[in-house]
Amino acid sequence: MSATTPIQHGHSRTLFWIAVAVSVLMFAPMAWVLVLSFTDNEALSRGTEAAFTGPYTLKNYTDIAGNSGVFRWFVNSLIVGAGQTAGVLVLSSLAGYAFGRLEWPGRKVIFVIVLFGLAVPEQAVIIPRHQIFSTLDLHNTYIGLMLPGMSLPFGVFLMTQFFRAIPPEIDEAALLDNATRWRIFWKVLLPLTLPAQATLGIFTFLFAWNDYWWPLISATDKDMYTLTIGIASSQVNFAQTEGLGFLAAQAVFAALPVLIVYIIFQKHVVTAVSGGAVK
Amino acid sequence: MAAPHRQSRLSNALFAAPYLVVFIALLVVPLIWGIYLSLQKADLFGLYGFTGWTNYARVLNDALFWQSVRNTLLFVVVTVPILVGIGLFLGLALNARTGGAAFMRGVYFSSTVLSVTIVTLIWRFVFIPGDGLLSLAFQAMGWQPIGFLSTEGWSLFSVGVATVWWCIGLPMILILAALQQIPGDLYEAAALDNASRWRTFTRVTLPQIRGTLILVATIQIVMQFQLFGQAQLMTNGGPNGTSRPMVLYIYRAAFENWDVGQGAAASELLFLIILVAAMGQYWVTSRGPRT
Repeated sequence: MSATTPIQHGHSRTLFWIAVAVSVLMFAPMAWVLVLSFTDNEALSRGTEAAFTGPYTLKNYTDIAGNSGVFRWFVNSLIVGAGQTAGVLVLSSLAGYAFGRLEWPGRKVIFVIVLFGLAVPEQAVIIPRHQIFSTLDLHNTYIGLMLPGMSLPFGVFLMTQFFRAIPPEIDEAALLDNATRWRIFWKVLLPLTLPAQATLGIFTFLFAWNDYWWPLISATDKDMYTLTIGIASSQVNFAQTEGLGFLAAQAVFAALPVLIVYIIFQKHVVTAVSGGAVK
Repeated sequence: MAAPHRQSRLSNALFAAPYLVVFIALLVVPLIWGIYLSLQKADLFGLYGFTGWTNYARVLNDALFWQSVRNTLLFVVVTVPILVGIGLFLGLALNARTGGAAFMRGVYFSSTVLSVTIVTLIWRFVFIPGDGLLSLAFQAMGWQPIGFLSTEGWSLFSVGVATVWWCIGLPMILILAALQQIPGDLYEAAALDNASRWRTFTRVTLPQIRGTLILVATIQIVMQFQLFGQAQLMTNGGPNGTSRPMVLYIYRAAFENWDVGQGAAASELLFLIILVAAMGQYWVTSRGPRT
């Protein structure tokens, strides 16, 4: 009982309504871009006041369909996001089993070293990574875009916690039957981690979809841009762009997939970001 | 200690091996290689020999580097307390099991899932002179419009506004999670003592979430020191470098001027500053009275 009741304690209605009022600041910029994306480009070029008066149109969105660049970047982002997510799930599950459930010489020391990896900022490794990938000729490839994200220790950390949390009785019987480690992992434990897989998978996909610095330097070929980089390249010459309405439509188009994923899987996203830090 | 069937075996390590290979190849090796690079004369195409501390000396004698250090420090010192403060406010305000509170949590976290390019695009539509939302609002009020992204002082401020808007979700969620862990009997005891709301907050709530507040601050310090995309896309460090952060300095050196050795040296310096700042903050805040 006491685990759930505190939620209401010390809670103030006044604070809540202040938070509601302040949320206008969260909404307003998004709403502004949304309205711009539906406003006629021609009218916008004479002044963005047109967003309040119209005329409104869907043309900015149909232009995206006609613009192969944006569509191709979208597909690239899907491929990179899916590939990186699959890689992280496989590597983290195997490693989580080894760190959280099995005994082997050096396990503790190596786990601590992996955890230290959480503290390494991207800029400390990105220049050497760029050189390594140049040597291996992996720039402007999907594999090259997916790989660096698979080295991040966050997934291993999360899966180790989940494997550890499974009660020991679950695999005890199988161990006594002398089932192989692999069989226990695959048949007994892995199915139990499916909710954790979903959490880590959604989190990784969002992370990959939004990644900026690595694709910025690795994908230099316009056809290999991810959507994030493509949108960045469109906004470089903001003033001389094809039209503010078109640019706004691109922003909405790129934001929609992540917002939809977030709205559907909100619980998983929140578990992922708080599960790693707060137990 | 372990039952016989939970014995330690080297073959068990095979399950960790695939990850460890990637970890070593793409994190450990680059980390060490980066230190090595910082001591080399190097460009993107190769190494031209050991130069000792030359790269570091060049970075430390570069006025632009020090300008980026000042910008970054100012940015961290201003944004981190704001992020922790607003996060705490939102945590307290939205810690209720009502649909309204859940919806508001969703709203405040929604910006966090957007990519930096979307966030900066949105805020450029707000800040651009003449056409931006703020510009229109200023005109409507009859005020003199401000070139937010192109005026010294305002440009870093604008980057900060976009950053707080983008990053507020994580502090809120972490603080909410901590608030929900506080045992209810503590509040019941406070109520029995007729403690005021403020007293309950300072004597019960704050001490209970102290650890999380420290953690949130540490995470934000580490993150905000790495400010890059927002500054690059919104102001490109301008005007006159007044909004150029350290990571943008590193990016320029390594990937625009092809001076890999200098970029690597600046990276190591930033890594060092982040470590010192995070540990210093932790050391300062985790001393003092504990309950």
